[in-house]
Amino acid sequence: MPKLNINGVDHQVDGPADMPLLWAIRDLVGLTGTKFGCGQALCGACTVHLDGYPTRSCQTFIGDLEGVKITTVEGLGGKVAETVQQVWTDLDVPQCGYCQSGQVMAAVALLTETPKPTDEDIDAALDGNLCRCATYHRIRAGVHEAARRLEA
Amino acid sequence: MLPKIIEHLAPAATVETTRRGFLMTAGAAAGALIVGFGSSPVRAAGAGAAAAAAPEPFDAYIKIAEDGTVTVLSSQFDMGQGSYNGLATLVNEELGADWSKITVEGATGDTKLYGNLSWGGAVQGTGGSSSITTSFDRYRKAGAAARMLLTEAAAKEWNLPASEITAKDGVLRHASGPSAGFGEMAAKAAQLPVPKTIPLKGRDDWSLIGNADLRRYDSRAKTDGTHDFTIDVKLPGMLTAVMIHPPKFGATVGSFDASKAKAMKGVVDVVETPRGIAVVGEHMWAALAARDAVAVTWDETKAETRSSAQIMAGYHKAVEQAPQAVARTQGDAAKALAGAAKTVEATFDFPYLAHAAMEPLNAVARMNADGTLEIWGGLQLPGLYQGMVAKAAGIDPSKVVSHIMKTGGGFGRRGTPDGDVIVEAVMIAKAIGYKAPVKVQWTRENDMRGGRYRPAYVHKLTAGLDSDGNIVAWTHHIVGQSIVAGTPFQGLIQNGIDQTSVEGASNLPYAIPNMQVGLTTMKVGVPPLWWRAVGSTHTAYATEAFLDQVAAEAGKDPLQLRLALLKDHPRHAAVLKLAAEKAGWGKKLPEGRFMGLAVHESFHSYVAHVAEISMKGGEVKVHRVVAAVDCGTVVNPDTVKAQIEGGTGFGLGAMLAEELTLGTGGVVDQGNYDTYTPLRISAMPKVEVHIVPSTEPPTGVGEPGVPSIGPAVANAIRRATGKPITTLPLTRGMQS
Ligand code: FES
Ligand code: FES
Repeated sequence: MPKLNINGVDHQVDGPADMPLLWAIRDLVGLTGTKFGCGQALCGACTVHLDGYPTRSCQTFIGDLEGVKITTVEGLGGKVAETVQQVWTDLDVPQCGYCQSGQVMAAVALLTETPKPTDEDIDAALDGNLCRCATYHRIRAGVHEAARRLEA
Repeated sequence: MLPKIIEHLAPAATVETTRRGFLMTAGAAAGALIVGFGSSPVRAAGAGAAAAAAPEPFDAYIKIAEDGTVTVLSSQFDMGQGSYNGLATLVNEELGADWSKITVEGATGDTKLYGNLSWGGAVQGTGGSSSITTSFDRYRKAGAAARMLLTEAAAKEWNLPASEITAKDGVLRHASGPSAGFGEMAAKAAQLPVPKTIPLKGRDDWSLIGNADLRRYDSRAKTDGTHDFTIDVKLPGMLTAVMIHPPKFGATVGSFDASKAKAMKGVVDVVETPRGIAVVGEHMWAALAARDAVAVTWDETKAETRSSAQIMAGYHKAVEQAPQAVARTQGDAAKALAGAAKTVEATFDFPYLAHAAMEPLNAVARMNADGTLEIWGGLQLPGLYQGMVAKAAGIDPSKVVSHIMKTGGGFGRRGTPDGDVIVEAVMIAKAIGYKAPVKVQWTRENDMRGGRYRPAYVHKLTAGLDSDGNIVAWTHHIVGQSIVAGTPFQGLIQNGIDQTSVEGASNLPYAIPNMQVGLTTMKVGVPPLWWRAVGSTHTAYATEAFLDQVAAEAGKDPLQLRLALLKDHPRHAAVLKLAAEKAGWGKKLPEGRFMGLAVHESFHSYVAHVAEISMKGGEVKVHRVVAAVDCGTVVNPDTVKAQIEGGTGFGLGAMLAEELTLGTGGVVDQGNYDTYTPLRISAMPKVEVHIVPSTEPPTGVGEPGVPSIGPAVANAIRRATGKPITTLPLTRGMQS
């Protein structure tokens, strides 16, 4: 049985090694903030952090995660994450909200890595995160605003 | 979706009851105040614990709990467009609750309470960007009534006049000292008779309606993973099903062999339903992993086997013939064309489009021991689905309990006239003998290939100019499928005209003396559907791109020409002027930049777009978009802006690169977001939205942001290249 360390807690999950992490997180561990959008690493709705790095959980397999720290949207914490979530709320970024767990995960990873991203940095980092409601204009503004607040 | 739908759908008796007007009811349930307007007493009145335990049906608009939590029960379905927040705003403008204690839930079960007034009132549903219009008086009245009951209760308690008691931020207060939270007075308020007249605040006294600083009540939950969608429904013992749908539209299951799949770990059953084969597993991956192991042969006798190229070839032939039906005639277009000094002509191709909402379609069904059948899903037309689900299960509709879930986008897809995925969940639950609750979860490929697209169309337009370049004649022929034919909405077809095919073209606002708009409806086996902004998704493009081309031929400025032709349509003219002014139309642009504009009315709201683009090696980059909107009285200015921003991105994505095609034999070519490509952030321009101040009645914004961005961009490209774009998407149009 593969062992997963999710948000600091170890879980023994009853699934085959080739089971996508996404479904293990959602159906076996029961954390549903991570969303399914495409299953093919094309939309970013399922983005989690593996040792802090944004990764598509739908194309990550539970047999490969020995010793890896997995963070889902439920386990986000710290200054960058709190700032991003506050800014997202202040600017009312989400519309339906379905893509936003993934957007937030990607934005937090970007700002952690690149504290003052340009428009181009944002576009490059978040191009894999589809938003069918097209909240992109506010996502961009949100990342800039979060960067500003984090610097202050 | 128009009011006519309703007369068609509604039993006469239901129509009757909606005309009775408001009768106010209130009642108490487990210490809560429940306020509604209905002809029947509130179900929960005096029912105590039993009522508290029964989750459905809701039969009111507002619940105030002992802890002061206010739940607004929404007749309208929020797919992300913000209508829940809009309804909360309307309620609280009158109620005076603590905004942080407000939440909204979807409600259904009583058409008298929840019927869409914009559609005539007899059917509950969301569409046509009508949520704020139908709710504007209804939910303000509900808020006011609740406040009156609360203040009355406080007045009795304190022995002070109700007129001196204020309700603000969830607290009732009298200047002499006494105060109480809403929750403390809720139970007492629920015992009081409802006031006969319910006065509403005047426009000048509004503090929430029109307030740009008010934030959405639900944004936080959408950033931390706690906002639950249908995919997140968990029920004890629930199984998950994945579908194998027919590979072609109209094909059915011939035979199937599931022996291998059934032997796989976690697979509970593999069953046939009228909609395909369902693999039922303990969880999603168990079902999904076994799906490929099922061998199915299909009966394609009744399948649509034409490719989209073949379908379009047929449309091109038809568009050269006389239209089957005429939607608008004015003057004598044929004669005026014959006598014109110059004629301009263009034929436009529009592809099928997929909604491709981020949450792939899903639904949950559970049969209970007491014979009630519960369904959970994104229910855009809950009343309709209730009947369909009952039919699929073979039970009485009164036994169906619907849970309206939050939903990961809709864009029309959760309003199918046949309730596809909802009915499917019930079919699967039934096929496994109702032994467990079942969630059916479509994969992205199921969703992409599941049909229900914005239909493909071909348009042909001809304009006649006199020797001064004035447009004297305009003919427009639209060829394509009817969205409503053969559905419960068939009543929308009148004199051979499906309004959803011609809206935006037959009501062209421009003053042209001789005009004919015609329609030829084709029969194709690809299931169509409304797609955010419906007819206007193609009519706005055809008319606005063509008009620009005509302006160029006539040597006229596209803005001036439009304004001259819009003399009798001041709201169109005003948004156009505002957008043009804010965009700096007519000013010198940096080298390599070009602007295009377009204006369109849809669902009684007016939007103009100005797009600024550049081109590099045939690649179009949209840098900046300025939009102006007139949607009457604005309830949530920031939501209006968000919807126009989002609509702009949605429409732009379709114009640039979206198309759904059928390959040889009629199999859909696209399956996922690698081949069907909605807009991504790197292609999103900067968007500015300007709102025209207005005291007209409120109209919607969910859809009207979509239509005019495509032609605005196309018009900019035409100015850059001299070549009109007549085939969409642009990825194809740039080549042709
Ligand atoms: S679900 Fe993983 S990227 Fe789309
Ligand atoms: S907010 Fe709806 S998909 Fe992004």
